[in-house]
Amino acid sequence: MSALLAVAHLEAFYGASQILHGIDLAVARGEQVALIGRNGMGKTTLLRSLMGLVADCRGEIDFAGRNVRGAAPEDIARAGIALVPEGRGIFGSLTVEENLTMAARPGRDGRQAWTLTRIYELFPRLHQRRGNGGHQLSGGEQQMLTISRALMTNPDLILIDEATEGLAPLVAQDIWRTLGVIGGEGIATIVVDKDFRSLAKITHRAIVLSKGTVVFNGAPADLMAQPELLERHLGV
Amino acid sequence: MDLVTFGVQLLNAIQYGMVLFLVASGLTLVFGILGVINLAHGAFYMFGAYLAYWIAAYTGSFWIAMVAGVAIAFVVGLVLENVFIRRLYGRDHLVQVLLSFGLILVIDEAREILFGKDVHSVAPPAWLSGSIQLTDNLSYPVYRLAICGFCLIVAALIFFVITRTKIGMIVRAGAENREMTRVLGIKFDVVNRYVFAVGIALAALGGIVIAPISTVFPGMGDGMLILSFVVVVLGGIGSVAGAAVGALLIGLTDTFGKVFFPSVSSILIYVLMAAVLLWRPNGILGRREV
Repeated sequence: MSALLAVAHLEAFYGASQILHGIDLAVARGEQVALIGRNGMGKTTLLRSLMGLVADCRGEIDFAGRNVRGAAPEDIARAGIALVPEGRGIFGSLTVEENLTMAARPGRDGRQAWTLTRIYELFPRLHQRRGNGGHQLSGGEQQMLTISRALMTNPDLILIDEATEGLAPLVAQDIWRTLGVIGGEGIATIVVDKDFRSLAKITHRAIVLSKGTVVFNGAPADLMAQPELLERHLGV
Repeated sequence: MDLVTFGVQLLNAIQYGMVLFLVASGLTLVFGILGVINLAHGAFYMFGAYLAYWIAAYTGSFWIAMVAGVAIAFVVGLVLENVFIRRLYGRDHLVQVLLSFGLILVIDEAREILFGKDVHSVAPPAWLSGSIQLTDNLSYPVYRLAICGFCLIVAALIFFVITRTKIGMIVRAGAENREMTRVLGIKFDVVNRYVFAVGIALAALGGIVIAPISTVFPGMGDGMLILSFVVVVLGGIGSVAGAAVGALLIGLTDTFGKVFFPSVSSILIYVLMAAVLLWRPNGILGRREV
């Protein structure tokens, strides 16, 4: 099966400092991937590079059979990648419903699997809060909204940075449940989070980044079986 | 002052404020969403007035002049954004000021070549050219009333688009976080182009509707530019509702200032601006710095 996303020798730079040192990875259609590593190891830079947000980026990024390295973020989004950024990027001056509506777009193949109605079914809380301004939401509600907003673009791949950071355990559980639902829809995801135990339950594969290189790429269970590796790269 | 005179002055103030709003709302959109200081905004107001004069003279119809003038300004806006303005995004304000000042010189020269430098007047549409008799020796021009109504409709249309349509949501989202809108697949360079064109069209429309009650002359854009900046700063940069409030305040202050305090009327609006900025440094409806 050909990969949905294929990354080869990816390097990323911020000015003179190199953040990514030759990343190779592939994600299959509908595959759930956990991306982990300590702070500053390049996880966010990798996601931003895939989204076209890092200006100085070298190597190959193929998505759905098309080279998208160097493409503008809006073109990458239209090719079918959505990003849920760290800090979430909610539009505070727009209401919940406006945040969702402004992003609504059929997928690349014209499908409209995700609509306001379906989002409100998945997150009844957002339905209750639909008239509220984005800046009035709690952290958990904001995260629900950013994930929903990404879904409204009907993507094939969602990149989620720090899925549950700063959220109360019960709210985090909600997010994990949602990511399970998204996985069941055939949408591929790359999820960054510190809670590897929860990630392991919903992902098919784990990728560990250290100093801008991939140091582990395999089944989450295999990583679980190597406590010293987990300790070194997660500090759990 | 008796009640009728007061009413007439009030209407004058509102009508003046409304036209100011048309022009300033274009300026605040371009400033707030594109982040570009466009000193040539007043020049487009002047150019709009000359276009109205020229087209009305050829076709004999003020309405054709209005529609064609706005359409020409819109297309000129699209072209200018594509060729010049888009190079200014994210650049410092000095570069923006230099380029837009250059545009003023070019537009002035183009006006000189196309229309000359004579002062003109434009006739309002025949059915709006009368006056309403208020008392035995006081009447009010119908056209001024029509301006009030027309500007109200345009203002309502602008507010509807911004607050109720998907395009308006995208424009508001982009003013808040440009990168995030692009990540969601919005082609913001296209949005920018149309916002700039609408801004220019609004400036020209201001010049067109004012043409029948003012004279059309080469320097008419200069004063309008300064007043528009006062309105934008007063209302809050990027806020169309703020521009509406600011424009009406300026209209009232200027009109009644001339009636009650004629000796200091010319500085009153600047006193008003200073006072408002002391009270709210980001303008009446401006977003507060976080």
